Formats: sequence, structure tokens, C-alpha cells
Amino acid sequence: MTARPNEPERYYNYAYLDEQTKRMIRRAILKALAIPGYQAPFGSREMPVPYGWGTGGIQLTAAIIGPDDVYKCIDQGADDTTNAVSIRRFFAQVADVATTEETGEATIIQTRHRIPEKGLTEGQVLVFQVPQPEPLRGLEARETETRAMHAYEEYGLQYVSLYESVAAHGYIASTVGYPTMIEERYLMSPSPIPKFDNPKLGQNPAILLFGAGREKRIYAVPPYTNVRSLDFEDHPFETQTWEEDCALCGAQESYLDEVVLDDSGERMFVCSDSNFCAERRAAGHAGPMAGHQLAALDKEPA
Amino acid sequence: MAYVAVKGGERAITNAHRWLAEDRRGDVAIPEIETDQIREQLSLSVDRVMSEGSCYDRDLAALAVKQARGDLPEAIFLTRAYRTTLPRFGASLPVETGQMAVRRRISAAFKDIPGGQVLGPTFDYTHRLLDFTLAANGETSVDRALEAEEPQAYPMATIASVFAHEDLLEPDTQTDEAPAPFDLTREPMAFPAGRDQRLQALARGDEGFLLSLAYSSQRGWGSTHPLCAEIRLGEVAVEFIPDELGFAIEIGELTLTECQMISTYGGGVDTAPQFARGYGLTFGHCERKAMSMAIVDRALRDAAAGEASAPCQDEEFVLYHSDNVEASGFVQHLKLPHYVDFQADLQLIRRQRRDYAERAAAMKEAAE
Amino acid sequence: MDADVMTRPQAASGMTQAAPLLRVTDLTKSYGHVVGCRNVSFELRPGEVLGIVGESGSGKTTLLNAISGKLPPSAGKVEFDTSRFGLTDIYGLNEPDRRRMQREEWGFVHQNPRDGLRMRVSGGANVAEPLMNLGNRHYGQMRAATIEWLERVELDTRRIDDKPRNFSGGMQQRIQVARNLIHGPRLVFMDEPTGGLDVSVQARLLDLLRELVRDLGLAVIIVTHDMAVARLMADRLIVMKNGFVVETGLTDQVLDDPQHPYSQLLVSSVLQI
Repeated sequence: MTARPNEPERYYNYAYLDEQTKRMIRRAILKALAIPGYQAPFGSREMPVPYGWGTGGIQLTAAIIGPDDVYKCIDQGADDTTNAVSIRRFFAQVADVATTEETGEATIIQTRHRIPEKGLTEGQVLVFQVPQPEPLRGLEARETETRAMHAYEEYGLQYVSLYESVAAHGYIASTVGYPTMIEERYLMSPSPIPKFDNPKLGQNPAILLFGAGREKRIYAVPPYTNVRSLDFEDHPFETQTWEEDCALCGAQESYLDEVVLDDSGERMFVCSDSNFCAERRAAGHAGPMAGHQLAALDKEPA
Repeated sequence: MAYVAVKGGERAITNAHRWLAEDRRGDVAIPEIETDQIREQLSLSVDRVMSEGSCYDRDLAALAVKQARGDLPEAIFLTRAYRTTLPRFGASLPVETGQMAVRRRISAAFKDIPGGQVLGPTFDYTHRLLDFTLAANGETSVDRALEAEEPQAYPMATIASVFAHEDLLEPDTQTDEAPAPFDLTREPMAFPAGRDQRLQALARGDEGFLLSLAYSSQRGWGSTHPLCAEIRLGEVAVEFIPDELGFAIEIGELTLTECQMISTYGGGVDTAPQFARGYGLTFGHCERKAMSMAIVDRALRDAAAGEASAPCQDEEFVLYHSDNVEASGFVQHLKLPHYVDFQADLQLIRRQRRDYAERAAAMKEAAE
Repeated sequence: MDADVMTRPQAASGMTQAAPLLRVTDLTKSYGHVVGCRNVSFELRPGEVLGIVGESGSGKTTLLNAISGKLPPSAGKVEFDTSRFGLTDIYGLNEPDRRRMQREEWGFVHQNPRDGLRMRVSGGANVAEPLMNLGNRHYGQMRAATIEWLERVELDTRRIDDKPRNFSGGMQQRIQVARNLIHGPRLVFMDEPTGGLDVSVQARLLDLLRELVRDLGLAVIIVTHDMAVARLMADRLIVMKNGFVVETGLTDQVLDDPQHPYSQLLVSSVLQI
């Protein structure tokens, strides 16, 4: 855990947003929790980071964070990716919170494109940054149409797209943002997480909040909610697997990133969840390339 | 050769920011540009930043232009991110553009109209020849414009008043009892969009995007045959009723550009044929933007009447894609790491290539 | 009812015993002061094919849209014998229930296949979609059913994964027919189903439609301006003019012995349509 920075001179309200805006966002969060999977519109504010860079997630975090929280921010599963660093710095500065890289220690985890490998617990909140909240948008461009589809629970278009995928490939060739059905009512985009992470959405003890700033929508999966990844009886949902193990920690069941080592095709596979990998290594696990310089990058001085 | 695995880092960000500041400053042998120079001499940049940044503050806009190194969408973004944190103490009364102190007012509909044609400060009718004396001296002697012999009419009659006696032009709809107007900065877009929501979105919309849409409608992609009934540029007073007083006081002055486009409307079951209006309004002097906005506003009214077919008439298409802060952010977010997504794509495409190879082999075998 | 409506008592008497599948009562639809259709009443029984004929502008499409739940009427009732609620005014249902009933129990074959097909997804997926809407989650079963239906509408099953735009107009219409029959609807609406096609293509499609309707014992409401289509398909006819029903009766009777002058004009083909 890094130390709290000194109290900065305040030109902005605590956690950047004014209290009225936070209340508005909290109301939207409550609405989203009350109707799991429903996209609640909210008066998204312009934020000091660009749209598409986490404005929705940042607004959710800003609305729920307090000085006693411990904040973790990951992008692609890693704590040290540039945008995660940037957002973590933002909250360390404007909300005086302690930050951490340890999944188990955090009360709020903001994420882009991954769910941590380590199981979450009750009391934790996972905040997803969402570029496109509408799972049907790729199939139907019009908001007026897709809203009607949700209202009438008319998801034929989604199933048609899965059907076509099986017809074309022999399997459902969807890999990230794999569509889910929440409590058998609302079709929901899990955000662009790999389908590898989909099983972690259902019956999760933590609160899962999804924020789309540019599209001005908030949605949620409350703790212990049923989440079904769409499939066919004869083509059941399956997740990605790797023939390789993590080169650094030897993990066999984590999502792996492929790292290109040279221009002759050499590559290594490492855990995309940097904290998960580091903790395993600290516990004595080692992969075939345990001493590689990538391992040293995890603990970089600020 | 070995590649360095790029996983970000605190130091990288800090140093990138420093380098950016160096580049912004440029050659330190050249005097640093001051924001009041920008405000006075790059005034049309300042006007655009105020307009699309929806914040009327010339000094702030000049600062944004300087900080953004002249990148106007970036300056607009800076302005927006600042304005969104400002507290609101109330709403002004609607400004009366009919009471504008006019500096420029032209109509393409009539050769002469009450108040006359006032050309004002405009690039129109200049020859676009680079003036090298501006580069050579850094300064040219400015001949002052001559004063008109007769004082200008005040208030300058609006185009609506010119048409008023004949009912040819659709009237301003007065809605005294109407609820407070939609506030796009506080509520998400909703469809079908009311005209208040539409005009707000267009007023904040990217000039280039609206210009192209307006142009497309002129070229037949949603033809509206617009006619520029009036453009006016000048200053209007802003009035506000403080709760403590209960009556209106003047709290400042705005420079505005207003454009009224008209085009024929054939009438319907309950309405006689008349000229329908498209409306454009900007902070400062943004004539191209005001005209484009008015044309697109008019085109979108066809959409409301169920006659949409072209892009400029498609409400969702236009309103969802007109904001350059949203568009710029989302297009550029593709620079963020997508390792996880790409890994998934890689796996999929390798699997599909394997399947393809197997199929091809099987077909070859079958053929032999 | 208007005084000049020609209704033969015997036309209805043979069928009044069975419970109606659809009952339309005093249906009126007006747009401002323009009347779409006025005071239309009739009943439809299971397995019955009703033709609505008239020239363009006669109100037959307005009537079809009002009956099929697409266009709320200004007055009157449309009752359908729904499997969930029994005989129910469809406009009394809330919208989700009405749309579900339309999805599950009805079909609608549009004149233009573009209005009835998803042009961006394959013909096969278009045909399979109604099964998915009914909750089928078995790809293999749906694939087999789709192939069976493509055979029934005499399409090349090897083209199952082609997009509709790669099919001819007549073949697109066959895809649309399969899509609207695969889920076993109890009532199918057809709006000039052969309208946009060449004469020879029309004839073959019409034969196919007639066979399917007879084999499946479908109840159909078909709108057409073409008396040949009406004669081939319909058991009973409603003749419309200026929004009013001017004559009803068994198809053969109306076509062979039209009573209303307008019907006579229609049948004698003097009227240019």
C-alpha cells in the first residue's frame, strides 16, 4: 500500500465531482442495482480525462469513494498500465485515498477489460469502465430500437447473431464483450472483458458497477445475481484456454497475455493480472522464465 | 533484436507531461505568446472555443487555446472540463437578439430590408491572398473603417418582424408556461429529441461536422433548399432576476452570431404552406457554424415530420455524433492498451486458420 | 353497418357455429378528417382464408394494419383468441404482452421482403429466428427445422447461409414465407404477398402459398388488389371502397355474381388498377 499523499490545496470538491452530481449518480446506481442489467441513463459530466478513457468508471468511483477506502485501478488486468496509473493518481490526489495493487486489500477496484483472478469478497465494489453499454449496438445502430428491444425483451437479433456465428464457424466466435443475460431478463454487455471472465460475473459476492460516461449509462450486477452467458444447448458457452502456462509464475488457470520477445517469433505468455502473478511468485511459484525482466517491472518506484 | 515489453509506468507519464510542456513553449528564444494576445488577435479561435466549449469567457478560452497549443478541439475539451465543475446560481432570461447592438446584419432574401444591409467585419469579398506584410512587419497600419453617415437603426428589425404582417413565416412559438428547457449538460440525450435538446446539441456540436452535414443537404442528401434570411452579429445584454430582488438586472453582455435559414414548407392537413425556419446561434463570431447549425436544424425538422432519409435528417445519427469532445475521446481511446482483447482475437484467428487449413487439407484429400 | 353493404346471409351461416379466432367489431381508423376505414366488422374462424380486396386507397391496408396490431384504431375492437388469455381485445393488452402474442401466434408476410426480413443476416437465420423467439436453444434442431422449411418453400438448402440480397425477389418472398410459418402461427397476415413479382414468378409462389395454407390448415387474412389472387387463395372476401366495406361473401359468389356496382367493376376488370 502506498502512503497517502499530503493534503493538496483544494481547487475542486472532494473526489472532484460536486456533491449534487454525486447524489445524482448514486441515485442512478441504486436504480441500476434495483433492476439488474438495466441501463440506467444518468447525467454524465464532462471529466478531465477524455471520453473512452474511463469517464464512466471515474464518475462511479467518485460518487462512492470516501477517505477510508482503499483504491485499486487496473487496465488489461495490470496495475502498471499507463491509463491505470493515471486514474489511480487522480484519485490519490483528489480523494486522499490509500491506493493498493493488492486485490484482496482494495475496497474499490476500478477496471478496464478484466476481472481480477482472485475471487472478490462481500463489501468490495468492482467498477467497470464501459465504452459501449448497449450489447445490441453492433447489431442495431439505433438507440430507439434497442431500447424497445430491452423493454419488450425481444432479443431475437442477439440469438440470430449467435446462430450465424455457429453456422459460419461451427462455434460461437465471440471472444470479448460476450453477451450475458441477467436474471433471465436483461441482456447485458459485460464490457469488453474476455469471455474468460464471464463466469466470474454470476453469483459474485462483490457489487459490480458498470459506467459508460460518453454514452451516459450506468448498470449493475448486485451481489449473488444470476448471470448467464448466451449459448445453445448443443454449443455450450466455453471460455478461452491456453496450452502454455504463465512464464513467470507458472499459473495454469489465469488469462495470459502474449508478449513478443523478438522479431523471429519468440514469445512468452504471462498473467494479464499483474497482482495475481506477483503474489504467486512471492509465494514461491515459478514459471519457465521466472527471472525475466518483466517480473521486475511490477514494483516500479513512483 | 529484443523488444522492450511496454508496460506503462509512473515515470513515463511524468516525463511525457514535461516533454509536452517543452514542446508547447517551443523555441525559448522567441517570446512566449500571452493569453491577451490570443484573446485579441486569434479572436475567432477564441470564439469557436467559447461556442463549442459552451462557456462564455474570452480569457479562459484564450488560456485553453494557449495550453492546447492551438489545437481547438483540445482547447474546447479543456474548457468543457472546467465549466462542468462550476456551480450554477441560476438561469438568465432569454436574450433578446432583436435588441442586439448590431455590427453585421445581412439578408439574402431581400435586396433591402428595414435597417438595411450592414456588411460589418467579414472575410466575405476579401481576396484570399496571403498578406506578406503581416509576416514582414508583424504589424500593418490599420486604416480605421469610416463611420456611416446616418446612425444605424436600433433596434434592427428582425426577419420575423419583416414577415410578421403576412403570416408567411412560421412564428416564434411562445411557451411561457413550458417547463424548464432540456439541459444537455445535466441529462442524457433522449429520443425523439425536443427542439431545445436538438439546438443545444447543435450549438455545442463540432463546426466541421455540422458544416459537412449542411453541405450534404445542399447537395441533395436531404434537400431543404435553404435560404439565408438573416445573419446578425453583435452584442446583447444578459439579464438575470436575483431571488433577492425579484426584478431583472443586467449582468453582462454577450457577442452572438445568429442565423435564420428559411425554406418552403408545403403545408399539411392542419397547416397552410409557409416558410419554415432553421435556427443557428453561437457565442462570438462563428458565422460558418451558425449557418451550418441552422441548415441542420431545418433538416432535422423533416425528421420530426417523418420524412427522414438522408444523414442530416437522422436525429440519432446527427445528435449522437456531433460532439467533438465525445468523438475525439472515443476515437483516440484506441491508443489505450487492448492487450487482453487482442489476445482473444489472436486466439480466435489462429483457431479459424487451423480450421481453414484442416478443411483445405480434407478437400485436397477428397479430390485426390 | 352501411345500408348499401351487400351481405349474403348464407355466406356466413355455415360457419357461425365454430368459435371465432378473430373478431373485428365496428373498426374505424381515421387520420384527422381523412377516413382510413370505417365501421368494419367480421369474424374469422380457424382454418379460414379471408381476402380483403379493393383498389389502392380503398382502405384495405389501413384495415390490415389495424387488425394486425400495428395501427391502433380510432374506434372499435379487434379480439383474438390468444393462447394465454383467450378471446381478448389486442389493444387492451399491454404492449409487451401484445408483441409477445404477435411474435408467438401470428405471422405477417409483407409485400416487400425487405420489410419482413433482416437483410443483413442469412436466409437461414431469418427462418430460424422465430424459433429462437419461442425459446428454442438447440442449434442443431433449429438448423434441421430451417432446412426442412427451405425444402417446403422449394429453395436450394445449400444456400441456407446466403444473405437475402443474393436471392431473387421471388426467392426472398419464399424465405419470408418460411420465416412466418416455421413457428406454427395460428393466424397469418399477408399484404399483397405476390405484389412485387413477375407474373410467372407470382403464379408459382401463389401455388405454393395455397398448398401450404391448405396443408397446415392456416387461418389467413390476405390483402390484394388482384382478383386472381383472391380467387385462388380466399374462402371469403371483403370488398372495400373509400374506407367502407361494400360487399362481403363467399369468394365464388362475390366474384361470379357481384352485387355492388363497385364489385362488379372490380371483377369485370374494367377498373384500371
